[in-house]
Amino acid sequence: MILASTLTTNLAILVLAGFIGFVVISKVPNTLHTPLMSGTNAIHGIVLLGGLLVVGLAGNGTFNKIILVVAIAFGTINVVGGFLVTDRMLEMFKSKPKLPVGAGKGKDDDGDEAA
Amino acid sequence: MTQLPLATSFLQDQSFLDILYIVAFGLFIQGLRGLSGPTTAVRGNRIAAVGMGIAVIATLLNRLEGNWGLIVLGIALGTAVGVPAARQVKMTAMPQMVALFNGVGGGAVFLISWSEFRLTHGYMSTPTYVAIFSLFAAIVGSVSFWGSNIAFGKLQEIIPGRPISFGSAQQIVNLALLILAVAAGVDVAAGDHSEAIFIGMLVCAALLGNAVVLPIGGADMPVVISLLNAFTGLSAAATGIALDNPALIVAGMIVGASGTILTNLMATAMNRSIPAIVAGGFGGGGAVEGASGAGEHAGTVRSTSAADAAIQLAYANRVVIVPGYGMAVAQAQHAVRELTKELEKRQVEVSYAIHPVAGRMPGHMNVLLAEADVPYDQLREMDDANPEFQRTDVSLVIGANDVTNPAAKNTPSSPIYGMPILEVADSQSVIVIKRSMNPGFAGIENELYFDPKTAMLFGDAKSAVSEITAELANI
Repeated sequence: MILASTLTTNLAILVLAGFIGFVVISKVPNTLHTPLMSGTNAIHGIVLLGGLLVVGLAGNGTFNKIILVVAIAFGTINVVGGFLVTDRMLEMFKSKPKLPVGAGKGKDDDGDEAA
Repeated sequence: MTQLPLATSFLQDQSFLDILYIVAFGLFIQGLRGLSGPTTAVRGNRIAAVGMGIAVIATLLNRLEGNWGLIVLGIALGTAVGVPAARQVKMTAMPQMVALFNGVGGGAVFLISWSEFRLTHGYMSTPTYVAIFSLFAAIVGSVSFWGSNIAFGKLQEIIPGRPISFGSAQQIVNLALLILAVAAGVDVAAGDHSEAIFIGMLVCAALLGNAVVLPIGGADMPVVISLLNAFTGLSAAATGIALDNPALIVAGMIVGASGTILTNLMATAMNRSIPAIVAGGFGGGGAVEGASGAGEHAGTVRSTSAADAAIQLAYANRVVIVPGYGMAVAQAQHAVRELTKELEKRQVEVSYAIHPVAGRMPGHMNVLLAEADVPYDQLREMDDANPEFQRTDVSLVIGANDVTNPAAKNTPSSPIYGMPILEVADSQSVIVIKRSMNPGFAGIENELYFDPKTAMLFGDAKSAVSEITAELANI
């Protein structure tokens, strides 16, 4: 019974999170859809936790270790890269509406140096 | 759910950990709420990042006996790859970047399932539902990993962007791969501890990911990327159930919801069903029909020069710029911004009309224009932009094609009939910057180009726009 209740509790969380997700994401304007995608990329990087939990089970064998290190690395790429790139994009949107043309420009040229 | 004695450390108390997870997913949701507008979005993203930090640190503290060397190695590798990639990626390359990050997420999911399988010797003493969710995560994660990598390859032009398919056998192949993967999963869940079967399942899912995305053409990419995003989210949520981790469940489900919403929006904006896009029909049959229908439209095309276009724009009161993928390819966004500034100096009112599927991912054009410093309030979504075309003097179409084609409204036989378009043809006059008369992705002639009020300016978007700006300075 304990197992069954863990499952049902988790399913309840799953369903409720789905509905909340729909409500919250519906409010994001089209203009911000690219940052939304990279932001959600960062959030699903939370699978990193899965890697950390499984690594805690202390698997033996080199192959197990390689799989987990790669999984943790992948999750970290998602988290770190996703949040950084989203931040970079959103900064470009943010400074625009208020600042006069000249003031916004200097700031943006920094973001461009990679180009 | 083993409760350690309090004396050990409250850090390793499961309830304390769960509370931190609840705080973390609360912050994710609060952060995403911030994305409802550009002024709150930066803070929202940072709030979500803090939530992620809490979730990761809580997990690490709870696993004090964990395998630190491996953890540090994994995180260091991920940071070494992720940080430079995020810092240096060009805004025009954003779709590739998102595809790649998406794939990496799916990759992490199926690898975690695989190691769970190995560490439990084939789900030996775990409840069946754990095995089922873990296997689901493995299949979907693997499809998402390979599919996203193919999408990345196409966007990066490592793989040809044209649809590659097995023709009519495609659906059968896809279905067979899906059935094989699911059958292998069912076998393992039913108690087969063979790793060969598990690997076979991963391989079938991998082939399926390839087979689904390879036949999809470039212009359908916004849908595919959104769909893969949804898949990765759902697979993460399934991993969360398998590992009994509420933070993973909530985060994965929210990403799944986001991906689903975007997929629907994109499909609606193309007036196509998701199954039809996944089946990859557009680049095949529809294109031929469209091309043959084009013959009857062999009207004359009027071409113009940068100097004439400059004069036309300079004497307009209201100009609407319609950007498309051509602007991204030519990296013309900064040139476009310069042109806009020059026009604004002459008291011309300029705005941008953006079709939801312009470019290669949702919101692609908006990001490029934001990069070029275009004010947020000049960016108009399709529904707001369309009523304004009637009082627009000049519409300047830069590298957009199908999304402006009046055939979508007027020609019931056209493959794109019914697709919502930007009603550029309503404006007083139209200037189209385009490299050549080649039809767009859909392979359909654009009636707009034969309209008497349309003038074509042939050339690369960036140089054509720069030439117009230079000519403006001479007026």
